[in-house]
Amino acid sequence: MESIYLAIPLAALAGAIIAGFFGGSIGRVGAHTATILGVGTAFVLSLYVLYQHVFVGIEPFNGTVYTWMVSEGIRFEVGFLIDNLSVMMMAVVTGVSLAVHVYTIGYMADDDHNWPKDSLAGKNSYQRFFSYISLFTFAMLMLVMSNNFMQLFFGWEAVGLVSYLLIGFWSVRPTAIYANLKAFLVNRVGDFGFILGISAVVLYTGSLDYAEVFAKAEGLSQQTMSIFAGAEWNVITVICILLFIGAMGKSAQVPLPVWLPDSMEGPTPISALIHAATMVTAGIFMVARMSPLYEFSEAALSFVLVIGAITAFAMGLIGIVQNDIKRVVAYSTLSQLGYMTVALGVSAYSAAVFHLMTHAFFKALLFLAAGSVIIAMHHQQDMRKMGGLKKYMPITYWTSLIGSLALIGFPGMSGFFSKDSIIEAVRHADTAGHTFAYAAVLSGVFVTAFYSFRMFFLVFHGQERMDEHTRKHLHETPWVVTAPLIALAIPSVLIGGFTIGPMLFGDFFEGAIVIHETHNALARVGEHFHGAWSFIEHGFAGPALYLAALGVFSAWFIYIKHPSIAEKTRQRFDLIYKILDRKYGFDEFNEWAFGAGSRGLGNRLWQFGDVVLIDGLIVNGSAKLVAWFSSVVRHLQTGLLYHYAFAMIIGVLMLLTLFVII
Amino acid sequence: MIGLSSYLTLGAILFSISIAGIFLNRKNVVVLLMCIELMLLAANINFVAFSHYLNDISGQVFVFFILTVAAAEAAIGLAILVTLFRNRNTIDVDQLDAMKG
Amino acid sequence: MNFTDLVFYFFAAMLVLAGLGVISARNPVHSALFLVLSFFSCSALWLLLHAEFLAITLVLVYVGAVMVLFLFVVMMLNINLAQMRQGFVRYLPIGALIALVMVAQMVWIVGPVGPDVFQGEQLNQAVQQGADYSNTRELGKVLYTEYVFPFEVAAVILLVAIVAAIALTMRRREMTKYQTPGKQVKVRKADRLRVVQMDAESNE
Repeated sequence: MESIYLAIPLAALAGAIIAGFFGGSIGRVGAHTATILGVGTAFVLSLYVLYQHVFVGIEPFNGTVYTWMVSEGIRFEVGFLIDNLSVMMMAVVTGVSLAVHVYTIGYMADDDHNWPKDSLAGKNSYQRFFSYISLFTFAMLMLVMSNNFMQLFFGWEAVGLVSYLLIGFWSVRPTAIYANLKAFLVNRVGDFGFILGISAVVLYTGSLDYAEVFAKAEGLSQQTMSIFAGAEWNVITVICILLFIGAMGKSAQVPLPVWLPDSMEGPTPISALIHAATMVTAGIFMVARMSPLYEFSEAALSFVLVIGAITAFAMGLIGIVQNDIKRVVAYSTLSQLGYMTVALGVSAYSAAVFHLMTHAFFKALLFLAAGSVIIAMHHQQDMRKMGGLKKYMPITYWTSLIGSLALIGFPGMSGFFSKDSIIEAVRHADTAGHTFAYAAVLSGVFVTAFYSFRMFFLVFHGQERMDEHTRKHLHETPWVVTAPLIALAIPSVLIGGFTIGPMLFGDFFEGAIVIHETHNALARVGEHFHGAWSFIEHGFAGPALYLAALGVFSAWFIYIKHPSIAEKTRQRFDLIYKILDRKYGFDEFNEWAFGAGSRGLGNRLWQFGDVVLIDGLIVNGSAKLVAWFSSVVRHLQTGLLYHYAFAMIIGVLMLLTLFVII
Repeated sequence: MIGLSSYLTLGAILFSISIAGIFLNRKNVVVLLMCIELMLLAANINFVAFSHYLNDISGQVFVFFILTVAAAEAAIGLAILVTLFRNRNTIDVDQLDAMKG
Repeated sequence: MNFTDLVFYFFAAMLVLAGLGVISARNPVHSALFLVLSFFSCSALWLLLHAEFLAITLVLVYVGAVMVLFLFVVMMLNINLAQMRQGFVRYLPIGALIALVMVAQMVWIVGPVGPDVFQGEQLNQAVQQGADYSNTRELGKVLYTEYVFPFEVAAVILLVAIVAAIALTMRRREMTKYQTPGKQVKVRKADRLRVVQMDAESNE
């Protein structure tokens, strides 16, 4: 069994290496075959492992594969912790990755057009892309399968790196370069907190291994540390908040969501893979995995809750005013990540992970569908120039509809189950800040429905606003593009109903997720749970469904029936529109405070420190001093012999005097 | 009454005379060389005096060698002087300041 | 005060006066001659100190060779006597001052005032040697045994001095004819002689 665990990430890595180093010699077909074989193997093996752990019920595996080094008792190892939580993530990651690999064959088919004539990076860009997405799969698998903080951090950084490489894949575009630097730097800010958290863990527990740390968690909750003189902080609260700061960077919570919309500069397949399904969920996964730690700190949980609620609501609002089809989906991702974070905050870890899984499927589906539309529209991404695509692209249309319905929580779809579980959990929770969170997630339902169907109607219905040339070439995209869409639509519909029972209210996550009695909101929800169908009926009794319906209706009314209302509303509420359009000014603030601030500081340091002090005073100054001194001293050399002799004599006299007197 | 210290005093006086000679003489390089010989002579007197009063013959051996070296040095010094005179046509020390800083 | 002391004082005074004469004589030839006088007085003093060999050597080598050389050079250089004394008086005070200070300090160390290092009884009583004491023999005994290496080195120094002096001053006049034996030996018949065939000329 151990070798199967090892084979899963290594298969993906092998594909990445073959396509990366030998891409030139094996050509496009060779590259995509190698990587799809690699990820496909990983997927099949993950399903097998899933079957073994969930259905056959073998014990969770926690073992070391390789010990890198031991230093003062702290072990740095590569190891695997395979339990139900990991196998679920593995299956999701490899599944979505496989779908994206197949999709990319179609999407990147004519990638040559994106590069200038003799660009070096443009040569073999197809193979390079496949290598990167396989590499990403490897990194994400290492992350979710790890059993210690070091490997977690390795996976964390590696997915950040591959994200950087992929966002800036079209490196000849300045916007892409700007976006990938932004993504990496903002992630770095989060990683800074993450590293501090891991260091605190090592400092107080002396170990990096999950099992050992969790065993000491209770003891940590009794200890306090003082960071600034005088203020005593609970150790475990500090650790949890610092770790969550890492999650804030990776999963793009407020105030660090600024990188995700810009990451849409990358090709659509990676927006689907990385920024919808997997990398951004690494933060959510991490918090769920650390549930034994978080359960001891109510302050940290409230912090998580409030941040998540703000993100869920505020990001959704921005989605309403976007005109780029991919940005709408991006802000939708941000908002849904907020939902998952809210679930974590009320200790409903399983609900969060459940939503993570369903969201992976329908968000990847929505991204890929958006990509399909973009391909058909010859890389036109502005929704204002689309419309009425229903009759040209039926498969894309129906799969998009399924995805959107899943997103808004249409009863029966998987999104409904996961979202409503979260809303119910928040309602039953008593963690500090839960009322605000409840208001935020409920309003978020309306907002989500509104922007999703705004996008849907603008793209597929209504009058056709594209130019004549594009319209003539409109047709359904090839099967390599639409097959993954269908493949992802199926679980978007079905997976929710089947898995909600065992996952949320059963013992699926037994042992993997720890929840304390006092804040087990999900258990209270579970008291009313009698199976999937009754959950659907129960949904009709709550406000969420009606809010969603209201959202759909408003979207239909404004964008199909009376399109002029949109324009008039925008002019009436111009100020709000501007705030949303500028994304609450986060980008400007960062640019001003950190960007301009650092540049200004650097400038002043250069002006004064470097030019005046070092160059002028020390370097040039010492040279000038030596020159001045020597110009004075050179007059001693008169060239006359008796002067020199005289000097010698004086010297002898002085020495003599010295000896005589002393 | 004439003891070691008398000879040493004599050596000291001779030495300082030659030093004054080096300093005061500005016009004649030859006299400079002669003053150097005087200095050496003063040192030799000291050596011989010590050798006599401490009953150690090595003082005189050393004088032997000093004599040798002084002779060699006088020869070369004069050779340089001759070459200098051939080039500059003067032995005025004041006019030999071509190595000014 | 016995006769030896008197002799000492006489020759010491002559030595000092000769030294003063060296530095203050107007004519460089006079300076050289005063130097010769000082060497002679010094030699007499060394005889008092029972250093006969060195005293004779001083006269023979130093006066006889080195001072003669000095006189050669002085007379060879055409010196303009008139400008000789210009700077002397101006700097006299400082020079005299420095010399006096130096003398004062050295005498203070050496003499009865100050640290009494050189006043001890055994330092002022030299060992009286027997009648067959030969200073030369004693010197020779030590020179060729313990000090043979410095002896050889001194010989080399003299050789180097010869070579240096010649290298510095030798001039060749273009018009004089001289022989280079090295080249003479290397000559071959073909360089000097060429046999030419000629018809015999009849004598009419």
